Amino acid sequence: MDWVYLIEVLVGGLMSGVMYSLVAIGFVLIYKSSGIFNFAQGTMLLFASLTFVKMTENGIDFWTALFIAAGIMVIFGIATERYVIRPLANQDLLALFMATVGLATFQEGFSQFIWDSDVHGLQMSKFLDIGLLDPAPIFVSDHIPWLDILIPKFDIFASLVAGSLIVILAFFFQKTRTGLSLRAVSDDHMAAMAVGIPLQTVWAIVWAVTGIIALIAGLLWAERVSVSFTLIEAVMKALPVILIGGLTSIPGAIVGGLVIGVGEKLGEIYLADVFGGQGIELWFAYFMALIFLVFRPQGMFGEKLIERV
Amino acid sequence: MIYRETGHFVTNYLKDREIFPLKFDKIIVILGLLFLYLYMPTTSEYMLSAHVIPILAVGLATVGLNILTGLTGQLSLGTAGFMCVGAFGTYNLMLRMPENLMSLPVALLLSGIFAGLVGVIFGLPAIRIKGFYLLVSTLAAQYFVWWFFNSYAWFLNYESSGVVAIAPHMYDYWGLGNLLGVDMQGYPARYLLALTICIGLTYFAKNLLRSNTGRNFMSVRDRDIAASVMGISVPRTKLLAFFVSCFYCGIAGGIYSFLYIGNVDLMIYEIDRSFTILFMLIIGGLGSISGSWLGAIFVYEFPILFTWVGDTIFQGAFNTAVVENVSNMVYGVFIIALLIREPGGFAALWATTKQKLRMWPYPH
Repeated sequence: MDWVYLIEVLVGGLMSGVMYSLVAIGFVLIYKSSGIFNFAQGTMLLFASLTFVKMTENGIDFWTALFIAAGIMVIFGIATERYVIRPLANQDLLALFMATVGLATFQEGFSQFIWDSDVHGLQMSKFLDIGLLDPAPIFVSDHIPWLDILIPKFDIFASLVAGSLIVILAFFFQKTRTGLSLRAVSDDHMAAMAVGIPLQTVWAIVWAVTGIIALIAGLLWAERVSVSFTLIEAVMKALPVILIGGLTSIPGAIVGGLVIGVGEKLGEIYLADVFGGQGIELWFAYFMALIFLVFRPQGMFGEKLIERV
Repeated sequence: MIYRETGHFVTNYLKDREIFPLKFDKIIVILGLLFLYLYMPTTSEYMLSAHVIPILAVGLATVGLNILTGLTGQLSLGTAGFMCVGAFGTYNLMLRMPENLMSLPVALLLSGIFAGLVGVIFGLPAIRIKGFYLLVSTLAAQYFVWWFFNSYAWFLNYESSGVVAIAPHMYDYWGLGNLLGVDMQGYPARYLLALTICIGLTYFAKNLLRSNTGRNFMSVRDRDIAASVMGISVPRTKLLAFFVSCFYCGIAGGIYSFLYIGNVDLMIYEIDRSFTILFMLIIGGLGSISGSWLGAIFVYEFPILFTWVGDTIFQGAFNTAVVENVSNMVYGVFIIALLIREPGGFAALWATTKQKLRMWPYPH
């Protein structure tokens, strides 16, 4: 086995895992704080990045567009809490899940209705003068002579963005007062309400933050693939990630993303022949998650529920 | 006035268990059956091929999903995958079995059983995994089945285009075509087969819901630990639900491919279809068999109606993209609004209407 090639595969897998994690973090935030399995995460990605791309195409500069798109996502998040989540408070989890399926459908239609359903390319290097956005890959052998692999610069950029996002989120959760109330709500709704934490405000904040994360993830995904309907599929890929990681854990979302990313790449290379066909990455991640969950039903870092009648 | 119980006396246990206890209901059902069997086949071919048969197919799939998600509470996004198994199963049975042994109704039934077994395999993780975590299993089923039929060309009889047309002789079962002098490939004959299967299976589902098995399903949905304490085998119940549900979906897939579009095409069994059927289920109302049919009719007919409105009132102002996007928006709003206002969906609305009719014209 060519182990340099193996390292290249592993690095590639890790990088694509980071992309999955970015989507998964948004999921986990909402699930953790309100127990809602937010199926609309993928369409939020689409909506955010489509809004952004259409604005830049109409001549608005990068930072203004980013700011406006973030503002729209915040408004959208607050509206979602006000008109979808709040009337459904205390419903069972299945009903809430279905509401987010409805939200996703609505958003899918809405974003393509007000903008369009074309495929848009996004090249951030046109707007930002950052060396890492250069399409040329890095030849690692230039720096480490015996390691002859390629790393696309954009992947490093995406990883840096994801890393800083996680650091900011960790700071937000651990050090700020809002973060504290978020943690209290995710721990126990009733107790949080009893000590006077405004539940609805907290949920609105979570949805707004998730909207901004969706914008960032959407832009990175858009740069990698394109802004189009396919972004919704990102949510399908993120599902096994959050399930492996455990629905309630942000570190789980990261590790799950990396595991799925690497596993998918390895599976594609070493198992595709066994199955006599191409394209096993279509289902391989789900099978990985499935096998994992059979042994650990609550995921890697998920809370083990003790159920009573 | 209507739906009144006055004068309805239950004199034995059999009468107590009737599906339609009221005389009014019985009349409606008989009239409805007469309408479906005698009038519908004589309507235009367009009506049958573009409206009624597809609704029968997707409605049956919705009933199937309802058994799994609405009754047993196991969320599934693999409906289209199981339909795919049914469609390919029917095709391969018809293609590979000797002609005198296999006929279309039997092939549909067998491929339904086959789809049910595939469902049981993908339902096995449900014994260990609960709730949203189970989504991964049904998604695996959806993607794996699709990939499987896409990769192994044998199932499509090595047809390189990915679409295989169904040979006309496959429609002629039991020599009925010659016997009755009917074109068995024609839409009226296809419609009658689809209708008979759908009515039979709906009747079965309705009775299942009222039986011991159905109550087991519901107790697992409501609280699985409580169910197991009461002596219900939760794994067995879940697997049975998977089997029955996928059996329905498989037959629905067979109907969709054979009786509706007339060819076996992988592209129509992508994940979008699973979602469409989930919408039908939610809008129709979880746990209600009649609701599944109402939801299927609404979700299927809405884009057609909307296109028609665009064509007639706005002179064709809506292109397909607009229709699709607006339909999606409407489904989304309907799902959310129904969940907030009427979590039972159309079925609950219908129950309310029935209650109102019962009181009418003196509502107090």
